[in-house]
Amino acid sequence: MIAVNQLTKRYGRYTAVDDVSFHCEPGTVTGFLGPNGAGKSTTMRMICGLTPPTSGTATVDGRPYRQLPNPGRTVGVLLDASAQHAGRTGREALAVAAATMGIDRRGVGEALDRVGLGPVAARRRVRAYSLGMRQRLGLAHALLGNPRVLVLDEPANGLDPEGIFWMRGLLRDFADRGGTVLLSSHLLREVEAVADRLVVIGGGRIVAQGGKEELLAGDGTVVRARDGAALRGALERAGLTASEGAEGLLVQADPDAVGEVALAAGIALTELRPAGGDGLEQLFLTLTATAASPAPVGPAPVGPDASRTDAELTRETVR
Amino acid sequence: MTIATEVTPTVRAAQRRPSLARLTAVELRKLVDTRAGRWLLITIGLVTALIVTLQVIYTEAPTQTFSNFFVLSLLPVGFLLPVLGILSITSEWSQRTALTTFALVPRRERVIVAKLASMVLAALASALTSLAVAAVGTLVAGVTGGAGTWRIEGALVAHAVVFQVAVVLMGAAFGLLLLNTPLAIVAYLVLPTAWSIVGELVRPLHTAAEWLDTGRTMEPLFTADVTAGQWARIGVSLLVWLVVPLAAGLVRTIRREVA
Repeated sequence: MIAVNQLTKRYGRYTAVDDVSFHCEPGTVTGFLGPNGAGKSTTMRMICGLTPPTSGTATVDGRPYRQLPNPGRTVGVLLDASAQHAGRTGREALAVAAATMGIDRRGVGEALDRVGLGPVAARRRVRAYSLGMRQRLGLAHALLGNPRVLVLDEPANGLDPEGIFWMRGLLRDFADRGGTVLLSSHLLREVEAVADRLVVIGGGRIVAQGGKEELLAGDGTVVRARDGAALRGALERAGLTASEGAEGLLVQADPDAVGEVALAAGIALTELRPAGGDGLEQLFLTLTATAASPAPVGPAPVGPDASRTDAELTRETVR
Repeated sequence: MTIATEVTPTVRAAQRRPSLARLTAVELRKLVDTRAGRWLLITIGLVTALIVTLQVIYTEAPTQTFSNFFVLSLLPVGFLLPVLGILSITSEWSQRTALTTFALVPRRERVIVAKLASMVLAALASALTSLAVAAVGTLVAGVTGGAGTWRIEGALVAHAVVFQVAVVLMGAAFGLLLLNTPLAIVAYLVLPTAWSIVGELVRPLHTAAEWLDTGRTMEPLFTADVTAGQWARIGVSLLVWLVVPLAAGLVRTIRREVA
């Protein structure tokens, strides 16, 4: 498991990561979400002992990363798929890592098979790899030591749709067998499909965290009618708050109530569904738009109720 | 935690930290597993052979001895070995493999020690190559009318090894301190030369140059006799050009953020 406690990283006067705390439990996939430059990679580098934090701590399996005797056997790390020597073959890059960790050569072949890099690809130099192939090699590298924890920074970058689908299955399976996964992304849809928990970061601060269902549900209803104005009027008369969303009206009520209102007013609907992650997506867009200056949200509350409070916080911000 | 009860002895063995011997073997492997590294080593071998060949063809017959072949073949290697040392350190940063290297071995000083050990072994191998090539040259010279004398003093070989090890470690020290391939190579080649020129031109620096210019202090290492005074100068110059940059570079590498 991974425990991050009040991590902060400052570069001069710029604060890249500001008081970030979260936990990743065995058996779960945690999606670490945020726009580019939000502090995801810096946080992950601090977890892996590559960047010294200004303050705060991070532990993996109960120990600071730098104190793990043979970290590759505990944590599989993929922080940048392009960080491989361009002149080594894919197989050689893994063989070097295997030798460092004390794994015999068979492990290399197994890891290559697992990520779908065939013998021909494995003999080619990394220079000739596409980004997708580098990601697969990076995943093979992370899985090589048979770890219980995975830390992956944007692993879906450069993968084709089939590759993304494959990776989701692999990570889901890894977590279902008791592993802990932390993966970052700047695309909500990408992690939504595989994560159990979400940690959303913007401008170096955590703006929301909690179970995926919790964060994505209860954001109201998306509804659309050919006569949008009439629908809006009917909803307002019924005392429901409605706002103009990207895909129709976003109503703060469940679909049942909205359907009843429309039926009573005799309005034919063209679409009626739970808003799903729209709220989170809105939050996301807000974060992206103001990436330099984060939304004025207080520090993430710490404690057993933290996730629930944060989920509510999210909705607050969206509104 | 509940996981602890499931840990089998083999798993616990896997959790042991990699030994320095294993890390050194990995670093040796990294010296030869890329085209650049392999060609640098091949070049060192070829240049050694070329120097001996030229000596057999062009030098006076009486000077064609085992010990002369050996000493002259060391000179070009003295230029190339430091480059090997520099590349071993700086390529981790230029190729960004530091990210994976230090993620697997977070105690960075262990990686550095393993790298230095692998370079010392490479320097020893290079001295052995020089001896072997010189031996071939001596055999040929014996046939083609050269002196072909085999006598060599043990001290000469020992001094040669000290020289090789010193220059490869100097390269590594510059690499560690500057963490950038072209910068480290240029600094390594230019600084000592610049220092010699300044030492020649500026009268008050004459004495300092005698103690600090590695080009001059290490010259006696190509002979079998090095006096105590000469050893002192070698020591002082290596302190300045090897120990100090090595220590500073080690601190810099350990503290540096890996991105």
